[in-house]
Amino acid sequence: MQQVFKRPVSLADVQTHFCPGCQHGTIHRIVAEALDDHNLRERTIGCASVGCSVFLYSYFDIDVVESPHGRASAVATGVKRARPESIVFTYQGDGDLAAIGTSEIIHAANRGEDITVIFVNNTTYGMTGGQMAPTTLVGQKTSTSPYGRNQSKDGAPLKMAELLANLEGVGFSARVAVNNPRNLIDARKQISKAFRYQAEGKGFSFIEALSACPTNWGMNPTQANERVAGELIPYFPIGVFKNSSEL
Amino acid sequence: MLQRKFVKGNEAVAMAAIEAGCRHYFGYPITPQSDIPEYLSREFPALGGEFIQAESEIAAINMLLGASACGVRCMTSSSGPGISLKQEGISYMAGSELPGVIVDICRQGPGLGGIDASQADYFQATRGGGHGGYRIIVLAPASVQEMYDLTMLAFDLSDIYRIPAMVFADAVIGQMKEAITANPRPVVDLPLKDWVVRGWKEGTEQRVVKSLKLGDGEMEAFHWQMHDRYLELQENESRWEEFETSDATLVITAFGSAARIAKSAVMMAREAGMKVGLLRPITLFPFPAKGYHDLTGRCRKILDIELSTGQMIDDVRLSVQPGTEIAFYGRPPGAGSLPTPEELFEQIKKHY
Repeated sequence: MQQVFKRPVSLADVQTHFCPGCQHGTIHRIVAEALDDHNLRERTIGCASVGCSVFLYSYFDIDVVESPHGRASAVATGVKRARPESIVFTYQGDGDLAAIGTSEIIHAANRGEDITVIFVNNTTYGMTGGQMAPTTLVGQKTSTSPYGRNQSKDGAPLKMAELLANLEGVGFSARVAVNNPRNLIDARKQISKAFRYQAEGKGFSFIEALSACPTNWGMNPTQANERVAGELIPYFPIGVFKNSSEL
Repeated sequence: MLQRKFVKGNEAVAMAAIEAGCRHYFGYPITPQSDIPEYLSREFPALGGEFIQAESEIAAINMLLGASACGVRCMTSSSGPGISLKQEGISYMAGSELPGVIVDICRQGPGLGGIDASQADYFQATRGGGHGGYRIIVLAPASVQEMYDLTMLAFDLSDIYRIPAMVFADAVIGQMKEAITANPRPVVDLPLKDWVVRGWKEGTEQRVVKSLKLGDGEMEAFHWQMHDRYLELQENESRWEEFETSDATLVITAFGSAARIAKSAVMMAREAGMKVGLLRPITLFPFPAKGYHDLTGRCRKILDIELSTGQMIDDVRLSVQPGTEIAFYGRPPGAGSLPTPEELFEQIKKHY
């Protein structure tokens, strides 16, 4: 019998700690598939961040450096400069990349560091218990915006994929979602493209992946998935914002 | 033929880093240490080195963390306000057992303070600085030659013990120019860096550089393991200089630029027939407690001199034999507030 579906070799054969309905596991899988597809596993060094994604090293069967909160793209810069032959990626949440790490991500992108950044946007601080993130939607209730995010006080949700696309050093910037099969297939394609950018030395590549956080949104997995389609995608449109080499 | 060169203290640090095999530097400009990034940005391209002017001190220390995890010799440098920002990354490097050299050319503080010399960052340098209860190796040069020699030593000790190492000098030492001998890199047995991330290879184990330790008892075990390494450092790497101490009844103690001025005052006292000596710590962590312990069996009194209101004095108190009298004279930072040898000689006469 022919095997048509299997676990990517870049992914460890373990159970994850993620909550039911969380899409980190799905995004992990398509990142691992991209590494497998391009035969990059043996060259890859991951930079884990702080938050739900810190356990990257438990789920990916690759070498990993842990980074302080927000600093993964600076750590990745050091890794890439020390080992230019490596494929280096960061995997960061929205609290990590769009709040405490905005300086690091903007400057790494602007330098055109030859790294790939996977940015998982679930509009909240997941591991710390669902506080307001820079990406929290206006009106969204969180444990630190109990009356809903107020734009006049808290600002508008940051659109990182569009923002970084404006920088000269960025080769590729896209936003994807994994809430339905069609979007998932496209997400896989864009993530694969982001790693190809790096493998071919074409500069900084950025993927923003919209993700559900049922636990902190106070929803069941189905409702959370519906929220991605009904609320997140209308504000954070999926698509490619920069593709400088037309890969 | 060894090369004699007339250079600034900061330049000697940069020259030593190159000689030590450092080809990765990440930094951010701040007075009075900017000669270091300037020198390396000029010299690295021809050597195949990577110089990055980071967007902040925070980014610079985290670039150092990433490069160190790959096993290369790497360095960053800064001064007071910048070192404060680097503490987060230094704590993570300590927690991840990563080597790396951090140069701190101290200026006045707290806050923006000023750009003149100070030793008031002693606590920050020697007590861990960041969170979590760790120590780093701290070396305190008192001359441009030592800026060169101790920077090279910092790379070796950091690699051997897998603890970040700091070269801790002040604006006077960083900015002064002296003739030095640019010694070649010493031959040192260094441990194999079998822990570095390098990309997975068939038949090898996954490698992870991290400080998160959630396993049952894992964190406690790590703390005791680091504690043992600190004791080992104390035993094997404590360094100090003694000057005219064999018959001294009063011993001056000071480090860095304060020790240079104190040495002149000790020579003035000797000319006046007074039995005065100097103990100068070269390593501030590990603190040379043995030097103080042995000496205070012979001398009557210690006079501690610092460019602060007194910080190293705590370590001195913990190191001397019971009953030793300890006096203090401090000149906390302030423009032009360096003590003169005559001023310190007056203190010697007062306490002799």
